[in-house]
Amino acid sequence: MKVLIVGSGKTLYFLSRNFSARGYQVVIINRNPEECIQLSRQLTATVVCGDGSDDDILKDAGAMGADAVLAITPNDQDNLVICQLASRKFSVPRTMALANDPDNAEVFEKLGVSGFSTTHIVGSLIEQRASLEQITNLLPVGEGRVNVTEIVLTGDSPVVGKLLKDIDLPENALVAVVIRDKKPIIPRGATVMLAGDRVVLITLPENHGPVLKAFTGERL
Amino acid sequence: MKNNRYIVIVGCGRLGSHLANHLSRSGNSVVVIDKNEPTFKDLSPDFSGFRVHGDATQMAVLKEAKVNQADILIATTHEDNVNLMVAQVAQGIFRVPHVLARVFDPKRMEVYAQLGIDTICPTSVAAEMFLQAVANGAAGRRGANP
Repeated sequence: MKVLIVGSGKTLYFLSRNFSARGYQVVIINRNPEECIQLSRQLTATVVCGDGSDDDILKDAGAMGADAVLAITPNDQDNLVICQLASRKFSVPRTMALANDPDNAEVFEKLGVSGFSTTHIVGSLIEQRASLEQITNLLPVGEGRVNVTEIVLTGDSPVVGKLLKDIDLPENALVAVVIRDKKPIIPRGATVMLAGDRVVLITLPENHGPVLKAFTGERL
Repeated sequence: MKNNRYIVIVGCGRLGSHLANHLSRSGNSVVVIDKNEPTFKDLSPDFSGFRVHGDATQMAVLKEAKVNQADILIATTHEDNVNLMVAQVAQGIFRVPHVLARVFDPKRMEVYAQLGIDTICPTSVAAEMFLQAVANGAAGRRGANP
């Protein structure tokens, strides 16, 4: 697979290094001659110095035979034009443009270029992690071979309203206690899970993730 | 020609400010967008339009300039890619009926002509005029010395 990356800085460097390590053929386009020299010393990638939205430079970089073009410059307008030229003039099958302004991710999509915003991605990662705060008291027992975890069920949990026996739990997991209105209940198959319940789970490390997912509905 | 149109001009350089002054004077509602505030000093004292300070590649700035209500948008910045992006956003998303972009690189112009964006290429226009002048000059001299 041949990937053409237009951009600069650490993101470009580490992406190129990763792709090269996976055996992709990487071609970099960068405007800064000094950075180009550095990149060509540090990486096995081919480095072309110039403006990636100039079609002569794209041609020099071999855009014609590229499988993908990735435009990650700090300027949204450049990323858009690079991808449009690559797909229209050089028939590159896959192009992706970084939207520095998160609003532009949607703009790019509407203009027919697939766009992504690191602000969106990082933001949603942080939200995901933060929302996992409902999971507490992660306590390893027996030299870490058993976990005791407490989860607070939110309204959007997939188990809310279900009987315990109807919850599709992975093997070797136990709902030990449900604390409802500060009163502990030892649940039975006919116990209904309610929003706001604090559920104490006993899991093994190998099924810990899937069990949490069954209760929170979130990917861990 | 109607002279009460809503016209957005992106870029307040020599070309942008000239167009803005002219179009404002002839009775249009003009909004000028530029990311460098000092460029607004090139607007004439009788310019009666609005100035929006900001980067036109950001949706928020275009919304502030009420591009959705514009009859015409002219992208005149010195960066081809800014003009091409703003023109496409104005046409494709804000549905501005008439959009014009200045593009210096004639090769880039072809691609955007296919995308239905009206472009004016100063390089090609100037080249044509030079060639014509050269041709006329040569013809004139031939005329003088048969």
